[in-house]
Amino acid sequence: MTGSIAAIGMGLAVIGAGIGVGNIGGKAMEAIARQPEAVGDIRANMILTAALVEGAALIALLLSYLSA
Amino acid sequence: MYKSLLFNLLFSISFFSAISQDQGQNPAHRDTSSKIADTQHDANSDPTHTATGEHDAGHEFDPAATAFHHISDQNIYSIGPFNLALPCLLYTPGKGWDIFSSSRFGFDAFGHGDGKVAYNQFVLHEGQVMKVVDADFPSGEVQIENYTHKEATNDKGKKIEVPYVVYQDREYKLDKKSTADGGLFGGGVTSFYDFSIGKNALSMLIVCLLLGWMFIRIARAYSNNPGRAPKGIQNFIEPVIIFLRDEVAKPFIGAKWEKFFPFLLSLFFFILGLNLFGQVPFFGGSNVTGNLSVTMVLALLAFIITLINGNRHYWEHILWMPGVPAWVKIILTPVEILGVFIKPLTLMLRLFANITAGHMTLVVFVSLIFIFGKSGQNVGASLGASIGSGLLSIFMMAIELLVAFIQAYVFTLLTASYLGAATEEHHHTEEKHH
Repeated sequence: MTGSIAAIGMGLAVIGAGIGVGNIGGKAMEAIARQPEAVGDIRANMILTAALVEGAALIALLLSYLSA
Repeated sequence: MYKSLLFNLLFSISFFSAISQDQGQNPAHRDTSSKIADTQHDANSDPTHTATGEHDAGHEFDPAATAFHHISDQNIYSIGPFNLALPCLLYTPGKGWDIFSSSRFGFDAFGHGDGKVAYNQFVLHEGQVMKVVDADFPSGEVQIENYTHKEATNDKGKKIEVPYVVYQDREYKLDKKSTADGGLFGGGVTSFYDFSIGKNALSMLIVCLLLGWMFIRIARAYSNNPGRAPKGIQNFIEPVIIFLRDEVAKPFIGAKWEKFFPFLLSLFFFILGLNLFGQVPFFGGSNVTGNLSVTMVLALLAFIITLINGNRHYWEHILWMPGVPAWVKIILTPVEILGVFIKPLTLMLRLFANITAGHMTLVVFVSLIFIFGKSGQNVGASLGASIGSGLLSIFMMAIELLVAFIQAYVFTLLTASYLGAATEEHHHTEEKHH
């Protein structure tokens, strides 16, 4: 079994981003349940925020490629 | 969704365990297994390299290398199992231009994409143009014998495979392929520059022509039938454009949305078109939006347009944030300046990583056939794995269809929000900091 420590780092970063995106999704669901009429605004902002969180994971992905 | 994934997994596992008991099949069945692999071969990767798994049976199959190879650009175009030649425009510093068709390399119309002829020290290896490093390799058309790989360590101490071409029983080292993505995937700026119309460039041209044709038709329909109900493809495009206008451009850009709307629409449909085109089964399987150079240009466009249109307040908020203590400003300013560059960087990486990950996952699912089948030695296991991997690939393609839309939407949405932040008029009561 071969691999590099960068892959572990990437995995750790994904854990963080996963928690972040999970929180965003969960809270958005709660918000939609509370105010179904605002579903359009909530969805757009949810995707925007999730994309920003994903950015952190993507930087980790790039760094793991570069250092691997 | 989860149910079908679970079902597929269970199915493939149980099938594999049932069938793997008759291990050690005779090698006469190897042909059958490669045929099965051919039919099951994933739609998103071109079938020319199906043989990668078994073409050197003693060699251990490397799914990661196969996946990286399948997502990269090529100088041949594969429709189904057939290879078509593409024009090559190669520039060597000090030697000038070489312009010819890649059919000159004499690759098989049905096969691996390895050329049998070297031309002006260029060879076609696995569908990609490479150059012989040694200067004493003869120029002009030369018949070559074979290609080999040797392991070497690069300057970072990592093991890499270096391709060699065999000519008159001598091995000549090949240079890396020429790419503009900074050598992230084994390419880089090499001894020659490849300006060829490769697989990716051709796909891009095809998509541009398709989009142009479609939108000109739609525009004509609107001007011919003003005020009438939309017909045909108008019905599909109109809700998308209205969605982008009402849910993306207006809320995120604000008052000046009309100025940037054509750019946003171009971005959206270009990315969506390429995402979907890359998923058409057995039609090249080009990975254009999963190419770092392409997403880099798209992100650069968004970056430049944001910078040009940034107003005074935007720069004020970056360089000297109003309303915070001076010592905070000293920390905040470098972070904000960094943020200006990180935004397009993540834009570039997000699209690239999502599309590339999708294509690679598909290739890896197909590679399961070779991993379980031990490169053709175990036909039963590869049979089982081919069924499992076929189902997994179908499932993955359904997800990728969703990702194609979501990534096009997210790219447009984020560009709109960056533009909105740059052009927003100043309101002290309601400030947005992205």
